[in-house]
Amino acid sequence: MIIATNVTKKFGRLTVLNNVSVNCNKGECIALIGPNGSGKTTLVKSILGMVVPDSGFITFNGQNILHNWAYREHIGYMPQIGRYPENMTIGHVIAMMKDIRKSNHNGPLDEELIEQFDIPNMLNKRMRTLSGGTTQRVSAALAFLFNPDVLILDEPTAGLDPVASELLKEKIIKEKQKGKLILITSHILSELDDLVTQVIYMQDGNLLFHKSLEHLQNDTGEKKLSRVIASVMRNQS
Amino acid sequence: MIKIIKYVMADILRNKIIIAYTIFLLVIGMSVFNLEDNTTKGLLSLLNIVLIVVPLVCIIFSTIYVYNSAEFVELLVSQPLQRKHIWLSLFCGIALALVLAFFIGIGLPVLLYSFSATGIILVAVGLMLTVIFVAIAMLAAVKTRDKAKGIGIAVLLWLYFSLLFDGLILFILFQFSDYPLENFMLFLSTLNPVDIGRIFILLKMDVSALMGYTGAIFQNFFGTLPGMITATIVMLLWMVLPLYFSLRIFNRKDL
Amino acid sequence: MKFNRWIAILFMLAGTYTNCVNAASLLVGKSQQYKLIQQAINAAKAGDTILVSPGVYKEQTIVINKTIFLIGIQYPIIDGEHTYQIISIKANNVLVKGFKLMHSGTSSLIDIAGIKVYDAKNVVIEDNFLEDTFFGIFLQGATNCTIKNNNLKAYAKTDQQSANGIHCWKCDSLYIIGNTVTGHRDGIYFEFVTHSLIWRNRSFKNSRYGLHFMFSHNDAYIANIFQKNSAGVSVMFTHGVKMFNNVFEDNWGDGCYGIFLKEITDSHISGNTFLRNTTGIFFEGATRIVVEKNTFIKNGWAAKIQANSIQNTISNNNFLANSFDIATNGSLVENTFNKNYWDKYEGYDLNKDGFGDVPYHPVSMFSMIVAENPTTMILFRSFMATLFDKTEKILPSLTPENLVDKLPYMKPLRL
Repeated sequence: MIIATNVTKKFGRLTVLNNVSVNCNKGECIALIGPNGSGKTTLVKSILGMVVPDSGFITFNGQNILHNWAYREHIGYMPQIGRYPENMTIGHVIAMMKDIRKSNHNGPLDEELIEQFDIPNMLNKRMRTLSGGTTQRVSAALAFLFNPDVLILDEPTAGLDPVASELLKEKIIKEKQKGKLILITSHILSELDDLVTQVIYMQDGNLLFHKSLEHLQNDTGEKKLSRVIASVMRNQS
Repeated sequence: MIKIIKYVMADILRNKIIIAYTIFLLVIGMSVFNLEDNTTKGLLSLLNIVLIVVPLVCIIFSTIYVYNSAEFVELLVSQPLQRKHIWLSLFCGIALALVLAFFIGIGLPVLLYSFSATGIILVAVGLMLTVIFVAIAMLAAVKTRDKAKGIGIAVLLWLYFSLLFDGLILFILFQFSDYPLENFMLFLSTLNPVDIGRIFILLKMDVSALMGYTGAIFQNFFGTLPGMITATIVMLLWMVLPLYFSLRIFNRKDL
Repeated sequence: MKFNRWIAILFMLAGTYTNCVNAASLLVGKSQQYKLIQQAINAAKAGDTILVSPGVYKEQTIVINKTIFLIGIQYPIIDGEHTYQIISIKANNVLVKGFKLMHSGTSSLIDIAGIKVYDAKNVVIEDNFLEDTFFGIFLQGATNCTIKNNNLKAYAKTDQQSANGIHCWKCDSLYIIGNTVTGHRDGIYFEFVTHSLIWRNRSFKNSRYGLHFMFSHNDAYIANIFQKNSAGVSVMFTHGVKMFNNVFEDNWGDGCYGIFLKEITDSHISGNTFLRNTTGIFFEGATRIVVEKNTFIKNGWAAKIQANSIQNTISNNNFLANSFDIATNGSLVENTFNKNYWDKYEGYDLNKDGFGDVPYHPVSMFSMIVAENPTTMILFRSFMATLFDKTEKILPSLTPENLVDKLPYMKPLRL
């Protein structure tokens, strides 16, 4: 569904993505793992077209995403740090997003998270007054709102309280079961345990491996994702 | 695209600075005509507002606004929208809001108290300079990532267009006073939208003085229809070109 | 002087009256006794009246050499066929009235005119139309003549191909009243003309000066209108000029002035309006001129004063919406500015005596820069120019320090 081929991106002298190739398919739930500054977010942004690679290309459903924008209607994106126009209220932001995507979204809206996160009671709050956690709830709700085929969640649980975090996890599992492609970056590995089917590990801009969780568990003999990764790391070094 | 313009406008029109700017212009616009019984003198005071304050406010406000809209732009870029449309909407929203502010603040008083050729030209020049400096601000803001640096560049650009450029002209005029520089000056003045705007107004306000000496050359160029059209086209280029370059940069920019 | 004038008029009226007793009326026209005007003149006695019926008369030059009253009925046309002078007057007490004179000859050697008066007295030229003449009305050595309510129109293209509308040379005691002159070289031209009155004329769109006079002392110019002449009005080498209540309007161009004063002394310019001229008044070698109660509106420069002009007084004038009020080329200016209203004045009046408490310097820094380098005019009203002027106001360095109005009015004068 999403194929990145030899993607390289440099910010000045720093190589953030070094010849990265990945292949993500429908029904997969992929964990994008790596230390801080390993290029996870840049890869995600490249897929979204927010960062333009220096070389290599990315296709979405077989189409090059360069100069293309319509494919983004199939993606729900939850940014690492949700930043919204400060003067708008939550209600305005949601209404605006609905308004903007109205023309290319025909199916029903998925307002489950909006309800679960109690957002309807906060519609009049301005974005600048929100706590980090509330902002994340809005981001999450917006990502799922349009029932997209692909969900890209950048550190989804960072800043969420345990209740919301749990609600979100349940939602992700639910969507996974519908056969959607879900891409999650996180470095809190424990919470990915029940979710992921595949793991992409990145370090210093390089894609170290892309394997199914099952495969990794067999390789390392560990059950928990955190232990699996730790074991892999140990073996490598 | 109209939708995004709508949201940008809605946001700017709630902005305290733009409201203060409108009120400031309106207070000046009204008081200038109410305190002076001589409308020409009133227009003269407004000339300084149009040539100095309007570009300054427009370029700084727009630059800051573009930086502050980074989140908004980021949010939109991850949506199924064309970058071109996002950027142009941002431009249109800012420009429309500032044009509206200028029109209410200066346009209305001028049209009420001094509905004359000079008055209309003054308002037209003010509106054009508003749009031009929004376009220049967009370019300054998209070129530099750092907000403080971007605002600094905006202030420098303003200083350049309203003061340094004229200083340069004066320097050239005195350094090469033995040469006939009139036509060269004519060309040089098109490199600064503030100067074109000013000459437009001079041709109405000080036509008697311009008819003397070399002023007649400017009158012969800007005062004729082809000259007017050329000057207007140059002004339009000053709106379109910075916007075009800013758009090109924005299209490739990493967010 | 005035008394003499009245005596002269009385004598003239008396002469007319006595002549009437045995004067005859001669009729000219297609169906009249005389077919040609010249025939009637030849047949007439002094004091006769010749009445000319409507029609077109082509008689080469008509010479009036005796005292007659030549009167046109419904403006008969006398055509000079682009070749001839139309009427020559060589006798005293002649009246020419009610004609339309067209197409005189042109020449660069001799002065061909519509009507020319040769060394005559008490001639009255009244209520005529002159169209496409070389010189219009030409007075040479005339005394006590009246040129009244004539309408002169020429189609001058260049200075060389055209001549003056009302041209007076070596005359005295003329009355030039209510004429309209356009399209000539100079509208009204005086050389060596003294004790004359120019009143309520309108001179516009002439290719050189609306009014031009030299060596013409003690004349008065009152309530005339000079518009859109390509060089305005020029007054040279003369003393005792009185210019009252005239209007100088829309005289635009380099070297174009409302009034150009050159080597003028002891004269009075009062009650005039200078509107939209490139320069309102230009002083060059002007001495002891009183300029008062004039209004200067929307001129490029209200006045330019060359440093060789001294002892002039400029007071009680209104300066409104001029691009520059005063410009000068020197630093030492020995002229007096007093009690004028300057709309650019930004002072205050704490003691409420109607005069500003701070003196006004009518010469701006930028006007000095423009005088030095005219092309800098392109920077007029720029932020930089404004800064220059403001700085100069605080720390005067370039502008002449003694060119100052110490008692500027706070409000415009009612004039």
